[in-house]
Amino acid sequence: MDLSEINFAVLVASLIVASTPLVLAALGELIVEKSGVLNLGVEGMMIIGAVTGFIVGVETGSAYIGMMAAAMAGALLSLLFAFIILIMQANQVASGLALTIFGLGIAALMGHPYTGIKSPQISTISIPILSEIPVLGTMFFQHDLIVYLSLISVLVIWYFLNRMRAGLILRSVGEDHDVAHSLGYRVVTIRFLAITFGGAMAGVGGGYLSLVRVPQWTEGMTAGAGWIALALVVFSGWRPFRLLIGAYIFGGITILQLNLQAIGVNINIALLSMAPYLATILALVVISMSRFRGNRGAPGCLGRSFVKIT
Amino acid sequence: MNNKIENTLFQCRAINKEFGNVRANNDISINVRSSQIHALLGENGAGKSTLVKIIYGLLQPDSGSMTFLNEEYSPKSPKDARALGVGMVFQHFSLFEPLTAFENILVGLDKELGEKELHASVIMLSESYGLEVNLSSFIGDLSAGERQRVEIIRALIQKPKLLIMDEPTSVLTPFECESLFKTLKKLASEGTSILYISHKLKEIADLCDTASVLRKGAIVGEYDPKKMTPRELGEIMVGQSLFEPKRPVAANKSNKVLSVKINEVKPDTQFGVTLKNIDLAVYQSEILGIGGVAGNGQEELMQVLTGEKKDRNVSIKYMDNDIEMLNPRERREIGLAFAPEERLGHAAVGNLNLLENSLITDPKKRFQMKMGFIDFSELNEYTNEIIEKFNVKTTGVSALASSLSGGNLQKFVVGREIGQKPSLFIVNQPTWGVDALSAANIRQAIVDIANTGAAIILISQDLDEILEISNKVAFLTNGNLSIPTNTMDIKTDEIGAIMGGISD
Repeated sequence: MDLSEINFAVLVASLIVASTPLVLAALGELIVEKSGVLNLGVEGMMIIGAVTGFIVGVETGSAYIGMMAAAMAGALLSLLFAFIILIMQANQVASGLALTIFGLGIAALMGHPYTGIKSPQISTISIPILSEIPVLGTMFFQHDLIVYLSLISVLVIWYFLNRMRAGLILRSVGEDHDVAHSLGYRVVTIRFLAITFGGAMAGVGGGYLSLVRVPQWTEGMTAGAGWIALALVVFSGWRPFRLLIGAYIFGGITILQLNLQAIGVNINIALLSMAPYLATILALVVISMSRFRGNRGAPGCLGRSFVKIT
Repeated sequence: MNNKIENTLFQCRAINKEFGNVRANNDISINVRSSQIHALLGENGAGKSTLVKIIYGLLQPDSGSMTFLNEEYSPKSPKDARALGVGMVFQHFSLFEPLTAFENILVGLDKELGEKELHASVIMLSESYGLEVNLSSFIGDLSAGERQRVEIIRALIQKPKLLIMDEPTSVLTPFECESLFKTLKKLASEGTSILYISHKLKEIADLCDTASVLRKGAIVGEYDPKKMTPRELGEIMVGQSLFEPKRPVAANKSNKVLSVKINEVKPDTQFGVTLKNIDLAVYQSEILGIGGVAGNGQEELMQVLTGEKKDRNVSIKYMDNDIEMLNPRERREIGLAFAPEERLGHAAVGNLNLLENSLITDPKKRFQMKMGFIDFSELNEYTNEIIEKFNVKTTGVSALASSLSGGNLQKFVVGREIGQKPSLFIVNQPTWGVDALSAANIRQAIVDIANTGAAIILISQDLDEILEISNKVAFLTNGNLSIPTNTMDIKTDEIGAIMGGISD
């Protein structure tokens, strides 16, 4: 065993790639939950995104077109969820679970002929000047477009939620839908939009998994990433930047343990594979325990059906 | 329109609205003149809220028409109403607790305003109308009065010509009421009409120029409240003569039921009040009234008394037993009963029906048969009795607690506790949001159990209520309790001094 075999800069670069699907899916779910809806179907939407993205990517030969198709597939599946919980007012927890099971099943069916095929390449974009900085350049500035977009999304979503009127309206719908309704806001419409956005983000996250991160299609390849994304949203206290940190911790330890396995560290493989999950939960529990000012926790109406009072 | 009255700002004609079989509004016509404070007076369920929701665009009438500023007015949503110049301040505040005051004002606006610009206009408004509020504080940390000021600012910033106030004083302290009235009078003098919904008769006489009285969904008539006594107005409102409960006859001084000594109890949250130097005793057949402005330790005192908060440094003696370390259930088992202020979620479970809500406080296990089965016939009878005796308006015993209006649920909760025939009944705000006749009923029921030997601790922000039925009164200021004095010996100006003295 030789720890010097692990190149730190490459490690950080690959942890960012490993975390990107999580960042994307969790950001989407953050918006959904901020609007007061709990969508437990993230895993299902991710895998639908993964399979659709992969199929379209292979057929068109373009990873970008694949990624767009992944977003659309995720959004489409989330629309089904939106219809069930907003129009039919079904229970959100049960509907979300059903969505995951449905997604996993249909993805396996769709993806069967594509097992074992290689996906089209996605090119990395080296940012001029910055990418030439030693170490840091390799870590942060030699990635593909989606990685940059995911980081920009964190910023944009933070700005949207905290600095924009539309974000304020979204939050207010999530905090108290009755009050929002009495002020004349269209609760159902706003939630529809939020759910669709969440679906698209989960779809892209899945697409990134099958087109870039792995890159291959295998059945059940999301392997619980959707659930980790859901946990990240909760433990981050519904905040984009903490969510990013959480995702990177998870991704980081995943990569680290893979490297450790590769160089043959004498730790049981089962324990190593468990490590990212444990570490993420621990780190986020610690973060959410400390009482930051203004830490207001979950949106007030999270998971509750909106019934218009006449 | 042949009978158009000079200065009419708003008019509705023959408004009808039905919910299922219930006619909430039956041919309602009212006429609000400009620069007037127009009262809409009626009991709970008389149709006031339905009518104002129609005016504010939250509901659409089944038939009827409205005019505003001499033009046809039929808002499809509150946005339409606001755009045309109708503002509303809700009874149950339509504020978002986790957001700041400023964000709440922002979210209620229909157009985007620059933060600076908005700040400036909010400060201008709050200065000229005495609506002080800290814009950066979270609504959850504000008192009821402050919350209302945020709502009023939010409504006023859109410069409404008609401002609807739905039971604005139901959550306010006397002092806060006065400053609200000043604000409203100033607004009216500057040309804003106010549609003022209330069932508090005295304040209508003080404040309003005209009063439309509603009963069972229909207009009874329009009156001049300045020319009538509150009692006359009240009798028109309820359609029968009102009675005033009498305080219990002289207490039996020899039988002390409860004594409480508190040196200091620290609050659980940073926004709570520290209880200090509390020394009280209550005797058989005695009502001890505890008054004071909201947020001066009522909630904290209630928690210590009920056992929701246990503290070794507190001494609570109930009939010579130390009970400070007993939990609420154990206290209930030995004859105490409690009705906390927050009825939904604290006194009653919203998603359980009334039967189940009767069952959950059953310290004497009277609804329990052998092997733990529930005695439904007994439970049914008990619950129906509460509904009947306290005139709880509900579809029946299987209605969910959350489906009842606040006042009706309050009646149910008080009835449920009194039905346990407690030896000591501790109640916080028993008639909050309850209409005049039912409030009198609740007070009478409290007096009745006192007369049969129970001791009562009545915590209330309604000074009139305390003075009406308590034998002794004490006041909470900043967590301190004044020495209980006989109600007969206390003078109104002294009360003001005690209540205002320590708190700011």
